[in-house]
Amino acid sequence: MKHDLILRVIAKILIPFLLLFAVYVQFHGDFGPGGGFQAGVIIAAAVVFYALIFGLKAAHRMLPESWVESMMALGVILYAGVGVAGIVLGGNYLDYFVLDAHSTVHGQHRGIFWVEVGVATTVSGVMLKIFYMFADRGHLDRQDPAASQESAEL
Amino acid sequence: MDEILIGGLLALMVVTVWGILRTRNLFAVVVLGGIYSFLTATVMVALDAVDVAMTEAAVGAGVSTVLLLGALYLCRSEEARPMHKPWGAMALSATVTLALFHGTVGLPGFNDPQAPIHQHVAPRYLNEMKQEVDVPNVVTAVLASYRGYDTLGETTVVFTAGAGVVALLRRRKRKGKDKA
Repeated sequence: MKHDLILRVIAKILIPFLLLFAVYVQFHGDFGPGGGFQAGVIIAAAVVFYALIFGLKAAHRMLPESWVESMMALGVILYAGVGVAGIVLGGNYLDYFVLDAHSTVHGQHRGIFWVEVGVATTVSGVMLKIFYMFADRGHLDRQDPAASQESAEL
Repeated sequence: MDEILIGGLLALMVVTVWGILRTRNLFAVVVLGGIYSFLTATVMVALDAVDVAMTEAAVGAGVSTVLLLGALYLCRSEEARPMHKPWGAMALSATVTLALFHGTVGLPGFNDPQAPIHQHVAPRYLNEMKQEVDVPNVVTAVLASYRGYDTLGETTVVFTAGAGVVALLRRRKRKGKDKA
């Protein structure tokens, strides 16, 4: 699909809005439908879309595999870290009430915010890692340049 | 109006599944699977579960379709004919289906406010949420705050799934010395 001008132009126009929508779904999750899981999936879908149109190599340049792998673990660590922060500040594990010194409601907001960031990080990391691994497999299986070219486009 | 819409969508889903069963071209099966996911997402919108619909559209129709196409690239795109007629498995799944249908008879009616699930903790969430958490979207409050442990578990499950795929599919690059 590398030479398809229409797809490339449409993708270039659409992808920023996809990512913006993901951020909206993430941070507007308190008010409307959405949240960390949905935002993470939309981010992953945007990168997969980019990889489909511009090739796997370009996607690797934009979001290297090492980053994606770290994101998988960082999200869970962030989530669990919010729980530990609750203990450190004198509450129970995952107790958001103590996260703000002045208002328990603000503590809740703060806890939900960071927990959702953690979920989005892990979900998008895992989705992209699985996609990268599947897409890479054909690339490594067939070492001749024609086939690897084809799989890079896939 | 909603019931007609949902009924129509469910009928289309049955048609899609029938198409998946009948065709032997795996590419068509993957595309039909994506269509099935979009129909599911639309049903979820009609049921006012927009969160679930978003996830279904992005994961079911988007990412997993791409993953299946990627898998299809690695194998033949025509399903092999079965070696024998699987009557035993067919009888088993028919029995389980009938048992599940029998089970739904005992469930409370759809939208029934007196159903046990709406009587347990849901009233407390709805009544106390304003003072305790104060976010307009109750789903977020339940998901991230009241059921924070569950969501931590779910996130860990997602992480474990990713780690499992990495463990299964990772290959060391065989450049230079090969110690194994």
